[in-house]
Amino acid sequence: MGESLVITSGKGGVGKTTATANIGAALAMMNQKVVLVDADIGLRNLDVVMGLENRIVYDLVDVVEGFCKLKQALIKDKRVEGLHLLPAAQTREKTAVTPEQMKNLVGQLKEEFDYVIVDCPAGIEQGFRNAVAGADRAIVITTPDVSSVRDADRVIGLLESSGFERPLLIVNRIKPKMVDRGDMMDIGDILDVLAIDLVGVVPEDEAILVSTNRGEPAVFNGSSRAGQAFRNIARRLRGEEVPFMNLAEVQGLWGRLRKFVGLE
Amino acid sequence: MSPFRRSKSGDVARERLRVVLMQDRISLAPQLMERMKEDLVDVISRYVDVDRGKIEVEWRRADGEPALVANIPVRSVRRSVASDDRASNRAL
Repeated sequence: MGESLVITSGKGGVGKTTATANIGAALAMMNQKVVLVDADIGLRNLDVVMGLENRIVYDLVDVVEGFCKLKQALIKDKRVEGLHLLPAAQTREKTAVTPEQMKNLVGQLKEEFDYVIVDCPAGIEQGFRNAVAGADRAIVITTPDVSSVRDADRVIGLLESSGFERPLLIVNRIKPKMVDRGDMMDIGDILDVLAIDLVGVVPEDEAILVSTNRGEPAVFNGSSRAGQAFRNIARRLRGEEVPFMNLAEVQGLWGRLRKFVGLE
Repeated sequence: MSPFRRSKSGDVARERLRVVLMQDRISLAPQLMERMKEDLVDVISRYVDVDRGKIEVEWRRADGEPALVANIPVRSVRRSVASDDRASNRAL
C-alpha cells in the first residue's frame, strides 16, 4: 500500500506543477513506483511540464466516468522506470469529479504505486477539495512574497480543518542574493508566520524554465541547483535526514561571516 | 529618500505579512469575534448601561499596527457604580 501526497498552494504560479513533476521524477529515480495525478481539470499542465502531452489518450475524467480502465489512462514515462502520469481532462470543468470519486481513484492507485502525487489546482474551491480528498499528506508550496505566503496560510488553515495534522512546507524560488541584501524575506521569516515543518528550499534557477521549455524535469539535469533541491526533498519524504543546501547563502552576510570565523 | 534611512523591503514584507495574517485569521473565525464581543459587553455592562444591539467591534490599522476598535454606545451610567465609588472614597 503506497502513500498519497497532494501539492498545493492557494495562489497560482508558485510552482505546484513544477514541484509535482520534479519530486515525482526524483522518487522514481530512487526506484519507487510513482504516479503523478493532474487534478487541475480544465487547465491541465503537468503533461507539458513532463513532456508527455503527445501521448494522452484518456484522462482522469474518462476513468471516473467509466469510459476507460484506470490502467489505460496511465502514461508511462520512458525516461525513468516506474514513473507514470494520469492527465487531467482539458475540456471539462472541476465539477466533473467529486471528492468522493477522487478518494476512490487515489485509493486504487495506492494499491499499485509507492507514491501517488496529486497536483492541486490554484484556488480553494472544488478543485482544491477534489485534490486533497484522497491525500494522506499535504505539501504546501510558497514563494517568498507577501501574497503567496498569505495564501499559503489560508490553505494551511483549510488543510488543518480537514484533518491534515502536519502539512509540510516548500519555499520555492529563493534568491539568496536578494535575501542577503535584505530585499527578500528569508526562510526564518516565513517559518515564523506559517509555523509548519519545512521539507525543502528551492533556489531560483533558470534551468527550471529551460526544463519546462523542453518538457524534461530539472531533476534529470545533474547541474541544476533547483533539481538538486527537489532531489533532496524526495529523499526527505522517504525519511532520510538531508541537510538544507545553500544555507550559508540563505542566512545572509552575518551567517556567512559567523561561519567564516568558525562560530557555526 | 536616503538609501540608508529606508528600511529593507524584506523587513517591510515581513511586517505587512504579520499584520495581514493576524487580520485574516481573526476574520476567518467569526464565532470567535462574536464571543469576544459578548465578553466585552458583559464586562462593560457591569459599570454602564450599553445598547447591546449597536455595538461594533472591528480590526483597523493604527500606525501600521493592527488594532481592535470598539464602538459601544452608552445609554446611562449605573447609579450603583457611582455609589460604590463614593463608598470606597468614604472608606479612605
